[in-house]
Amino acid sequence: MSQSVGNAEAHVEVRDLTMSYGDFVIQKNLNFTVRRGDIFIIMGGSGCGKSTLLKVMIGLKSPSAGDVCYEGEDFWAAELARQKEMKRKFGTLFQSGALWSGMTLAENVALPLKQYTKLSDLEIRDLCAYKLALVGLAGFEDFYPSEISGGMKKRAGLARAMAMDPDILFFDEPSAGLDPISAKLLDDLILELRDSLGTTVVIVTHELASIFSIGNNAVFLDPVTKTQLATGDPKELRDHSPNFVVRNFLMRGTAEVSE
Amino acid sequence: MATAWPGTSYSGVHMTVADNQVEGTATAELRARRVDGTLCLTLGGDWLVNAPLPPLQDVSRQLAQTPKPDAVRFDATELGRWDSGLVTRLIDIYRDAQTHEVRFDDGGLPEGARRLIALAFAVKPREGAARTQRKTPFVQKVGKSAQAAWQTGVDFVTFVGEATLSIGRFATGRATYLKSDVWQHVEEAGVNALPIVSLISVLIGMIFAFVGVTQLRAFGAGIYTANLVAVAMIREMAPIMTAIIMAGRTGAAYAAEIGTMKVNEEIDALTTLGINPIDFLVTPRMMALVLMIPALTMYASMMGIIGGAIVGLAMIDASFVQYVQQTISSVALWDLFTGLLMCVVFGALVALSGCQQGIACGTSAMAVGQATTRAVVMGIVLIVVAASVLTIIFINLGI
Repeated sequence: MSQSVGNAEAHVEVRDLTMSYGDFVIQKNLNFTVRRGDIFIIMGGSGCGKSTLLKVMIGLKSPSAGDVCYEGEDFWAAELARQKEMKRKFGTLFQSGALWSGMTLAENVALPLKQYTKLSDLEIRDLCAYKLALVGLAGFEDFYPSEISGGMKKRAGLARAMAMDPDILFFDEPSAGLDPISAKLLDDLILELRDSLGTTVVIVTHELASIFSIGNNAVFLDPVTKTQLATGDPKELRDHSPNFVVRNFLMRGTAEVSE
Repeated sequence: MATAWPGTSYSGVHMTVADNQVEGTATAELRARRVDGTLCLTLGGDWLVNAPLPPLQDVSRQLAQTPKPDAVRFDATELGRWDSGLVTRLIDIYRDAQTHEVRFDDGGLPEGARRLIALAFAVKPREGAARTQRKTPFVQKVGKSAQAAWQTGVDFVTFVGEATLSIGRFATGRATYLKSDVWQHVEEAGVNALPIVSLISVLIGMIFAFVGVTQLRAFGAGIYTANLVAVAMIREMAPIMTAIIMAGRTGAAYAAEIGTMKVNEEIDALTTLGINPIDFLVTPRMMALVLMIPALTMYASMMGIIGGAIVGLAMIDASFVQYVQQTISSVALWDLFTGLLMCVVFGALVALSGCQQGIACGTSAMAVGQATTRAVVMGIVLIVVAASVLTIIFINLGI
């Protein structure tokens, strides 16, 4: 099902990345490449630093060492103004949606457009209605985030993340707190976006069903050794990874010790 | 067994509180006796968390005795209902048996209890996870709090710097914010504060007049109550009281609003879109409060003078016209000016402390509460300090 994008160019390269809070190292020596059009999974057990890695990639937290390069350009070495320009191409869906609670859904989607474009109010309103319709929330323009369900908040958050037609979409635990059907619908939506718009997608998750159904590339972070144990196609890793921890994780703790 | 994890259900486990409260609970009994070198424990009655359970000293003693028993085993045929109360006691006995190197034979225990004990020992406690309580020396505590206080100061000054830069962007039209937001904050910090400001100011004015009348009447100078109330309200009390009300009302609201947004990752969402949270959240709030507080202060002065007049007119022999003229003659335009200058400074301090605590808030519900508390405390401290400094400056300047 997942299309082959084996030879595509590198979109994001993470090189020798080390992240820490004060003296406490979260993860060190991370090296992986996200190719254009990949659905890239950041996986690992709870508390291994998946979300922190995402924060470093989207520019919310600076790394203590190493580079994150977008199309060959080092994000953390760039000037603030240049960083801001690069961020423009990102779309982020936070864990709980992180919609601005004081604004309606339409206003939420409209804010990035107002920030970055010179569109008229009417054009912005049309665009917002279209983006909300894409995620199945047509007609909810004037609802406040507190008036809709958790799954709808996530979808509205996705509409906001897509407002600027980003090159790369980041998801922090998209299926957390969703029922299986809603989670599946969100997965389908992510696939659809990648296939129709060619957007690169980076997802933090430990939901195995999602990992196998949409992911075509991944990195596995280990909380014990505090570094990555493997990178590659999650299905390949499940079946052929030489590392027991990785196989065991991807087989829900039922892997057999080989060798 | 070793891979078992919580979440499985065990038959025979009664863990609801309601169960424990049921009347007619049979008293838990424990009999320990030696049978051919093994220690046999007979359990009887209901072993429930809420019911009194028999002490274990006897078992401990018997385990420690020489010659020590080969094993400890159980007879639970008379055991009634049980819950965690039984299991925690059994775990105590298990540990005791281990220290004395006595075999723990759980064969006689109910199936569910055996599995729960195994589960409790399935995963080794993580090393270093248990927090050891160590007594911090007094000097270290003092040093730590001094460092924390210094850090708070540094953070606040940094924040003031950031807010100043943001005002610059605001003035040059480079800041992203919502105009509708500003008006909403203006309404919230202005009109909506009128009832509480009215009430407090009238009462303060009345208190001042009452104190003034009782003291000044002794010198036959009762009419000077009008001067006292007018000068005190306009120069000091109205700005300070209004600012303190705003610290408790609006400063706290700012900290809670922004803090909740932080918990909900809404601030991160702004940052990733390249929107400066200071421009978007702090500056509109600060502007609204700084714009509204002079109006509120003038209003508070007026209400205070009215409150004072009510008491004054009732307690001294003066006509309404006399009182009003005395009031007007006592205040100069400078008094109004100093009062308004003070309240603008206070307004900025209240807004800054509220917003700074909100932005610096942690990511839990408790952190929001702490941020709100700190915002109010910090706001009031800054108001009083600033009031003292400004009053000294004004006195030295002779205004």
